[in-house]
Amino acid sequence: MKFKLKVWRQKTATAPGKLVEYQAKDVSPNTSFLEMLDVVNEGLVAQGKEPIAFDSDCREGICGTCSLTINGEAHGPDHPGAACEVYMRRFKDGETIVVEPFRAKPFPLIKDLVVDRSALDRIVQAGGFIAARAGSAPEANSILVPKHEADRSMEAAACIGCGACAAACPNASAMLFTAAKVSHLAFLPQGQPERTTRVLKMVTAMDAEGFGNCTNTYECEAVCPASISASLIAKLNREYAIASLKRRAGE
Amino acid sequence: MIVAVTGVVLIAFVVGHLLGNLQIFLGPDWVNSYAEHLRALGPLLWAIRAFLLVSVLLHIFYTISLAIENRRARPVQYERKDNVKATFASRYMAMSGLIVLAFILYHLAHFTVRVTDPRFLLLKADPLNRYDVYSMMVYGFQNIFVSAFYIIGMFLLALHLSHGTSSFFQSLGLNDKKLTPRLALAGRIFAWLIFVGYTSIPIAVLFHLVKPAQEL
Repeated sequence: MKFKLKVWRQKTATAPGKLVEYQAKDVSPNTSFLEMLDVVNEGLVAQGKEPIAFDSDCREGICGTCSLTINGEAHGPDHPGAACEVYMRRFKDGETIVVEPFRAKPFPLIKDLVVDRSALDRIVQAGGFIAARAGSAPEANSILVPKHEADRSMEAAACIGCGACAAACPNASAMLFTAAKVSHLAFLPQGQPERTTRVLKMVTAMDAEGFGNCTNTYECEAVCPASISASLIAKLNREYAIASLKRRAGE
Repeated sequence: MIVAVTGVVLIAFVVGHLLGNLQIFLGPDWVNSYAEHLRALGPLLWAIRAFLLVSVLLHIFYTISLAIENRRARPVQYERKDNVKATFASRYMAMSGLIVLAFILYHLAHFTVRVTDPRFLLLKADPLNRYDVYSMMVYGFQNIFVSAFYIIGMFLLALHLSHGTSSFFQSLGLNDKKLTPRLALAGRIFAWLIFVGYTSIPIAVLFHLVKPAQEL
């Protein structure tokens, strides 16, 4: 197969960027999207040109490092799945493919397709943890977790923190990410002591990063590689409302 | 949250206003006595109007400031951005809202302040000496441009509500995985029922199914 690529090239955070055309020839349909970019990069290196910079790590959809917007969709056309799980057979032979970075003000561009997503880390640092006693692990059955709640918690904990939700959102809102991180602890007994302060602090941190607001378009859940449901955003709103009332009442 | 709550106040008004208006199909006596009752509320009517005005202003103020924040959250736009799930209505809430606002301003000038149509001054009181709201509505909608703008206004209102109604539940956290699609569907059905209800009046007038109760 062969493709015409239009890739966002930008030398530094402040330099102006633009879409640059590349040809990808003799691509096997079973090549993954990132491998295809690797092949294009080898060609560029052979010509003495600067290869396209892009993020990747595990390349099996579990680490959340890849961050490409392919043909206008965060992580490309195969949902749910990360960009590394997209195969070239998914595209038509000869198709023009536009590759851009995740775009949001809190994700400053570093180079080409690489953006800095540490804003998400800072939201987690604001409250996405539990206070646990250090030392040896407690006996497994000392804290009982009903199966249903464990399942709901696991659904939320599936978030790999890639930031596709904010990248796809028309408002660049990170509500789905924050909702997942707040919810997976709110469902568990271990998360209860900080439950009220956690949601207040994480939402404050999210706003401080400059993300937009949720207008319920659900574009986030459509592109989420971990299938996080936007109903968790309703849960986040619920948690936030209750926490605000509790804080006001001094509880 | 303020947007959601004021939105619901305005939805309640839209429903109440529709029920009031639909009385046109029951004849002049119903509409005119309904209007008389509303006016007889006196200070209470002004309290309701003030409440609605405050709701509208808060709704607009907060949505516009949120929209500005949202615009700032993505300073560099995508060269290509596809929408996987977001509906047209959900992406153009500000646009539909502002056009509905323009419509409401005209609508108030037309039927409440009555400054746009000189013929309304010629209307005589009905047999029970009440203002003939019925004939005013009919004469108003006999103008094809008035009716067309009304229908366009209602179309955009329905578009706005088709997203806004179910959005209320999500924003207040009154939602879950099973309810979300059901509420989205119910919101859409509700919005288009509102559209059908409101537009039935100018259409009935234009097709002469509803005739004025008096000659001018």
